[in-house]
Amino acid sequence: MSAIPLSHILILACTLFTIGFIGVIVRKNTLFILMSLEVMLNAVGVAFIGAGSVWQQADGQVMFILILTLAAAEVALGLALLIQMQRRFNSLDIDLLSKLKG
Amino acid sequence: MTQTLLAFLPFYPLISFLLLIGFGQRLSWHLASTLSVGAMALSAISSFIVINQLSTQVPVINVHLWEWFVLNLNANLSDVTPAKINFSFHLDGLSAVMISVVSGIGFLIHMFAAAYMKGDENFSRFMAYMNLFIVAMLILVLADNLVLLYLGWEGVGLCSFLLIGFWYKEKANVLAARKAFIVTRVGDTAMAIGLFMLFKELGHLNINDLTATAKTFWVAGDEAPYWIALLLLGGAVGKSAQLPLQTWLPDAMAGPTPVSALIHAATMVTAGVYLIARMNGIFLLAPEVMSYVAWLGAATLLLAGIAALAQNDIKRVLAYSTMSQIGYMMLSLGAGAFSAGVFHLMTHAFFKALLFLTAGAIILALHHQQNLFKMGGLLKRLPFEATLFSIGLVCLMALPGSSGFFSKEAIIAELWSSTTAGPLLWYCAIFGALLTSIYSCRLFFLAFMGRRRFEHELQPSTSQLLRISLLVLALLSVIGGVFANTLTLSLSALFPVLPSDPINEPQWLHSVAIVTPFIGIIFSWLYFADYRAVEPANANTFQDKPSVFVTFCRQGLGFDALYDLLLVKPYSMLARLNRRDIFDQLIMLNAWYVSICHDVLKSSQTGKLRWYAAAIGLMTVLLLLSLTIESFSRGAS
Amino acid sequence: MNITLVMFSLVLGGALAWYFETIRTHSARWFALLTVLLVSGYFVLSLIIIETDFSTLQLLTRISWISSFNIEYALAVDYLSLVLVSLTLLLALICVLVSWQEIQTKTGFYYFNLLASIAGIIGVFTAVDMFLFFFFWEVMLLPMTALIAIWGHENKHFAALKFFIFTQVSSLLMLVAIIAMAAIHFQQTGRVSFFYQDWLTLELSSSTSIYLMLGFFIAFAVKLPSIPVHSWLPDAHTQAPTAGSVLLAGVLLKTGAYGLIRFVLHLFPSSSSDFAPVAAVLGVVSILYGAKMAFAQQDVKRLIAYSSISHMGFVMLALFSFNAIAYQGAILTLVAHGLSSGALFALAGVVYSRVHSRDLTNMGGFWQSAPRMGGFALAFAAAAFGLPGLANFVAEFFSLVGAYQRYPLLTIVAALGLIGSAIYGMVFFQSVFQGDAKKDSSGEQVSITDLTARELLVFSSLLVLLIVIGIYPNLILAFFQDANIALAIANQAGAL
Repeated sequence: MSAIPLSHILILACTLFTIGFIGVIVRKNTLFILMSLEVMLNAVGVAFIGAGSVWQQADGQVMFILILTLAAAEVALGLALLIQMQRRFNSLDIDLLSKLKG
Repeated sequence: MTQTLLAFLPFYPLISFLLLIGFGQRLSWHLASTLSVGAMALSAISSFIVINQLSTQVPVINVHLWEWFVLNLNANLSDVTPAKINFSFHLDGLSAVMISVVSGIGFLIHMFAAAYMKGDENFSRFMAYMNLFIVAMLILVLADNLVLLYLGWEGVGLCSFLLIGFWYKEKANVLAARKAFIVTRVGDTAMAIGLFMLFKELGHLNINDLTATAKTFWVAGDEAPYWIALLLLGGAVGKSAQLPLQTWLPDAMAGPTPVSALIHAATMVTAGVYLIARMNGIFLLAPEVMSYVAWLGAATLLLAGIAALAQNDIKRVLAYSTMSQIGYMMLSLGAGAFSAGVFHLMTHAFFKALLFLTAGAIILALHHQQNLFKMGGLLKRLPFEATLFSIGLVCLMALPGSSGFFSKEAIIAELWSSTTAGPLLWYCAIFGALLTSIYSCRLFFLAFMGRRRFEHELQPSTSQLLRISLLVLALLSVIGGVFANTLTLSLSALFPVLPSDPINEPQWLHSVAIVTPFIGIIFSWLYFADYRAVEPANANTFQDKPSVFVTFCRQGLGFDALYDLLLVKPYSMLARLNRRDIFDQLIMLNAWYVSICHDVLKSSQTGKLRWYAAAIGLMTVLLLLSLTIESFSRGAS
Repeated sequence: MNITLVMFSLVLGGALAWYFETIRTHSARWFALLTVLLVSGYFVLSLIIIETDFSTLQLLTRISWISSFNIEYALAVDYLSLVLVSLTLLLALICVLVSWQEIQTKTGFYYFNLLASIAGIIGVFTAVDMFLFFFFWEVMLLPMTALIAIWGHENKHFAALKFFIFTQVSSLLMLVAIIAMAAIHFQQTGRVSFFYQDWLTLELSSSTSIYLMLGFFIAFAVKLPSIPVHSWLPDAHTQAPTAGSVLLAGVLLKTGAYGLIRFVLHLFPSSSSDFAPVAAVLGVVSILYGAKMAFAQQDVKRLIAYSSISHMGFVMLALFSFNAIAYQGAILTLVAHGLSSGALFALAGVVYSRVHSRDLTNMGGFWQSAPRMGGFALAFAAAAFGLPGLANFVAEFFSLVGAYQRYPLLTIVAALGLIGSAIYGMVFFQSVFQGDAKKDSSGEQVSITDLTARELLVFSSLLVLLIVIGIYPNLILAFFQDANIALAIANQAGAL
């Protein structure tokens, strides 16, 4: 199996992470922000798996499973909050939630 | 017995004061006046009894009341005797003169005041203040140490303040009272500093021992007695309304007339003279200051004489004349003629009290009209008052035979050959005498001669109290000269005889001095002919439209304006500019800085989730970048 | 004599007042009055009975408190503490009496705070364990802040906060100095100690000592207060309720002076002697600046507050002149100023209760309707400008005569304060009581009720005390005749 160079994996992970991050920043809709967050988490997961395979260690895959679990929990909570938000504000615009303004 | 009498001397009026202040509102006029005048009578009688005990065998009487405090600089050093400051009275020739003037004249003026102020709603308060003033004045002249003297000194100042502002509803009176208090306070502060200095140099403040101690410590011309004498002089010029602290006295005429007579003519304003005479031991060690005293006196007597010529208010004329007569006393002290100065103090108290009180009676009869240009022709209409007033003026002008003649001639005679005065000051004194007779005549013509210029009917007071007190004062003014010998005798022990050189004096000195007032009278008779004429040649004579120069003189030769510009305005401007307290502002800068930081940081707290995310991301990138650069640069080196 | 009992009863009385107010209105003030009367009675009685000579510190109580740091509950008194505690109790009585009608909300809690603060002040005057001292320092501060913040005037929160921050920041410096001293004690003896008399024996190098001295000095200078850290005082005084102002001016400021005497001068004799010229200059500047600022004020209470600053300048100048006369003058100033400024603030409170204003421009001509009040105002103003015959004169005279021995030039400058004080005293008295009577909106002349019997009692007792001390100051000075401690110490340090 010809090994994919680590740099390629990292570039992929970085690209995915940046796309996700930009998504978080620019989207107003909370649903899209949650989705972008998923992309970011997956980017980190890619990096872990790639690193694990390069160093022939199982730790990377273990971490990915942890991230997966985390992402699942996060989506569950996030969607629950999303529903609450829809009910209270009739909107999913994240900028409406600015009560902590100084 | 004598000692008990002396000890109680100031306390009769004090008791009367306390009773009047405590229950004054409930007392009738009869009770209140009996109480206050009676207390004064007790004081006067006991002071005469006490003075009669003084003789060449018993030159001083001391009485110790209680120990006030002890100034103990260093308890560890046993060789320094602590300075005891006692409530003790000391009676000698000088204080005998003073207490007889204070209690005697004080008694007469109290009598007058009881009649004069009858009907005032605050009558008992007025009499209470007058009593309190006498208490303070008696303590001032009887004190055996300078701190107790200072107590009396400040006490009379406070009473003067209270009495000038007695009719407190008038803004002008209130301001006059404040001015009098603060201006004299400037002098008092100088005097207080003088006391600190004296204590540091000599280690005690007892009046009796000061002269002796001073002589052992210093020789004439030393620096310490120079400064001390100068500072004490500061106190004296403040109280006695001499240059440069003279501005308060004319305004002080805002008080009721008995006050002007008692405080601002007969007693309090002469306290400065008393102080210098009392401290002659120190002053003689500072000959320069002696000549300053003489020059200040001369300058004041000329300035006040000129200002008196321009006044239109009868009381202000008398006020300036008081200033000028005290100038004579100062001049005499400065020339080393202490007994002549004290003698003039006494005769001046007689005739100036007479003048003020008679003026008061006239003012009362004229429904509180004080403007000379609104009087006229009173000679026929108020013959009693007019006669008494002319007696007073005769004494003031020092016409031969009157009490003023003896005392003023005694002063002038000493000037020419004194080492600290000299011929130049003699000429000043003579010119002052000329001015005195001119303004006296002007006053007399305006008030008593010419045609009637007042509108309301005259209402002369018929009170016997008032008349008796005036008559006694007039008698004293006339015969005051007979006390000369007793006085000089009793004072001779206190004041050293200074070396002088009478041989060099020209022969004409005495004749000139005697003739001068007559020249003044003749001059005024001619110059003020319009004032005394029933039909003046110039119809505008009584219009009182002063020229610029007259206004300038009337306002005391511009000193008020000068002090206002130099001291009052800058001080109040400084106060106004810094009302918010610059130090507070500086400290509040901290608070301002914190709140600015707060605002800046607050603006980053937008509450927008996406901004926070962006900020986190940006910061992470920056952090990573800086770490990378650092590791690169470390690797490079 | 049991000072602990005194403090405990005060706090207990306050707590009872708080509790019973909830059951029956207006009971709190009676409880407070009773407590203060009982406590003062006990204190005076034990002063009469006891025969100990208090010219040096006499230990009253010493119990271990936090044993791991050797912190003890230790109280000791000498004549200085006794005089100040007596003054505190007297003013406590005055405070209760002036609050009688003024305080209408949360009355119970008010009296609790008042009494707790007084207990704290007494603790400050008697504690000789430095940790305990610091504890009491805070105890007196907190209720005082509450008094200002809850029962104050229109700008009370700001004033309370300013007061609190000033005192807290400065006492932080003191805390650091206290801990450092304890540490130095540990270095030198191998044992941590906060006990005052242990500290007296410490030997400090001059550089450490000057920093430690400054730590204490700043804390006390803020409390005194001295220029340039005085600016909490006008605000706090102005906004505090009448009793708060009386307490602040009458005794709280004295804790600063007490601290200077007890700690700065005694613990650090040589560095305070080195520092003395600076302190003396600060004192003189305070005198003049305070007098000038007092003149500029429109607000009666601010005017009196600035006059306090001016008077405390005399204390500072006198204390750092290091001689017996000045020392006696400083102590007498504390007492005299406590009485006179307390009286002036009480008077301002009385006027406020009549016209509901503190602004001088809203006043004038009150003598007409309230001659007794005017008479007392004049007397207290006269005390403030040092009229001989009243206690303040003797105090100022001693201070200045003493200071003149060491700083002639500075003293001459300081004496100008006598003129300044006359100016503001006259402005105060004349603009409130003289002049034409003010007209209200309907053109009627404003007339105010004269003093009531309760107020008359307050003012006449203060005035009588001022006069008695003024003409017979030995009443107080007798205790300090040979107790020229400051001088003795300065001599030891080779300062003179």
